Amino acid sequence: MSMVADSWVIARRNLIRMTRIPEMVLFGIIQPVMFVVLFTYVFGGSMKIGDTTDPDVYKDFLMPGIFAQTVTFATAGSAAGIADDAQKGLMDRFRSLPMARGAVLTGRTVADLVQTALTLIILAAVALMVGWRTGTAESTNAARILAGFGLLLLLGYAFTWIGALIGLSVRTPEAATSGGIIWLFPVTFISNAFVDSSQMTPWVRHIADWNPFSATVQAARVLFGSPGVVQSDAWPMQHPVWASLLWSVLIVALFRTLAVRKYRSAVS
Amino acid sequence: MQEAIVAEGLVKTFGSVRALDGVDVSVPTGTVLGLLGPNGAGKTTCVRVLTTLLKPDSGRAVVAGHDVLKNPNEVRRSIGLSGQFAAVDEYLTGRENLRMVGELYQLSGRDAKRRADELLAQFDLADAGDRPAKTYSGGMRRRLDLAAALVVSPPVMFMDEPTTGLDPRNRMALWRVIEELVSDGTTLLLTTQYLEEADHLAHDIAVVDHGKVIARGTADELKAKVGGERVEVVVHDQERLTEATEMLAGFGKGELGVVKLQRRITVPVIGGAKLLAEVIRELDARGIEIDDIGLRRPTLDDVFITLTGHAAETEDGNAGGEGDDEEQSEAAPQRGRGKAVKH
Repeated sequence: MSMVADSWVIARRNLIRMTRIPEMVLFGIIQPVMFVVLFTYVFGGSMKIGDTTDPDVYKDFLMPGIFAQTVTFATAGSAAGIADDAQKGLMDRFRSLPMARGAVLTGRTVADLVQTALTLIILAAVALMVGWRTGTAESTNAARILAGFGLLLLLGYAFTWIGALIGLSVRTPEAATSGGIIWLFPVTFISNAFVDSSQMTPWVRHIADWNPFSATVQAARVLFGSPGVVQSDAWPMQHPVWASLLWSVLIVALFRTLAVRKYRSAVS
Repeated sequence: MQEAIVAEGLVKTFGSVRALDGVDVSVPTGTVLGLLGPNGAGKTTCVRVLTTLLKPDSGRAVVAGHDVLKNPNEVRRSIGLSGQFAAVDEYLTGRENLRMVGELYQLSGRDAKRRADELLAQFDLADAGDRPAKTYSGGMRRRLDLAAALVVSPPVMFMDEPTTGLDPRNRMALWRVIEELVSDGTTLLLTTQYLEEADHLAHDIAVVDHGKVIARGTADELKAKVGGERVEVVVHDQERLTEATEMLAGFGKGELGVVKLQRRITVPVIGGAKLLAEVIRELDARGIEIDDIGLRRPTLDDVFITLTGHAAETEDGNAGGEGDDEEQSEAAPQRGRGKAVKH
């Protein structure tokens, strides 16, 4: 009984499914592309970053935020997929097989990670087309940019474990889709992703500074050399790369434990 | 004979509902036990406990020599489960589904592939093997689900309402597959709400109601509990019904049942075929024309009503109930009960 082999069998199964339901992957890509276009052209001219309202500055500020929001939306996919498996009786089939405890959920989250990576590549290409550029500072290099995308993917992976727990906790895939997405709005908006959080009311700003999501956005901005890096005394804003890593690892550890426990005892 | 499945005192409650209320079950190796009962009787819960999907509140169970609670993974290696609805991935092809299950049973990639090919051929799915299961008919999906449960030829099989929702032709086809399986020595625990199915497939039947096994025995033993044979006559002319009824009362050992609209008379008898011949001669002598006559043995339907005081129909109208409702409502009023039914 091998955790890695079993997880791979499940991941492969979910990846095959994605190729058979291309419209799901397509919608997953269209949504963030729409956000890029809307935020850039609608909000672009009226957002103040630092002391400028230059739309080009906002564009460079915005992209790491959109990237981060996009990876977290994978949560809904995981939740819905797992709830669907439970509803169709596949979860019972898996649970009656002599396979590794966490493999069904790990396989699902790994497949979702592959989809997220694909979405992120396409999104970055679209961002480049509308004029997004990484910083030109000397410290910005390919390794740092890749590290930025690595942290984004890790955040997405961590969030799919929250999705796994949601998927196991609800009765229908429809509920899982809503349940996987509604809480993402406050999480991604009470943050530094779309506006300069240093201009928020102090108590909101405090939440934004400690929001795990903000840490990754800040880390991506630092690594990409983007404008609008938040100036704050909060530890995660001062050490965003470490904070991002730490938050993501913590989320995986916590929600993986909870989800796997729930999987073992789930009554579908 | 060694027992392949033993359960003692299984209790499982969901909130205030006692889904299992002290269930004892034992299935000798190589035999078929039919768990028969209405929806909500606790059949599925029982299967879920025995297949390690659900922990009982109390009680113990041993399947294929392994304790369900202490060594669930050993149990999983030795069992196959075919569920109430076909648990296959509809976006995967039949072949991909079977390979996946094989690999999760820890077969090597090559063995899983070979086994998938064998099963597709065996279950008459070879031509459809490379099509997504989504395109399969209900019967094909059910066969694929059963094939998935048989990937490692497990010594103990569980089938939870394997034919619910299938049309009669597909049901018969699935019965043949199950019969073959059992003739190869597999131990099978089967749940069903179709009395006919338990009668046809199971060596032993356990009648389950409200989380308890209320009777157990072979189909014949259970039928013997409700009593003997009945002669059933359908008279051609409505006007001769009273006369025929009076005549038949002379042969009967108990109360008569008369359904006026159908001109049907049912009378409990002792004496079987010999007596039937006498009845026919007497009717002929009196010139009473008949549309139908026969010797009826009690059905499991009768058994169920006698044991539980209610018909084996769905109580709460749960999943998959529609098909049987039809069958039950059609069957119930027509069959004589051995007691007088006045209309």
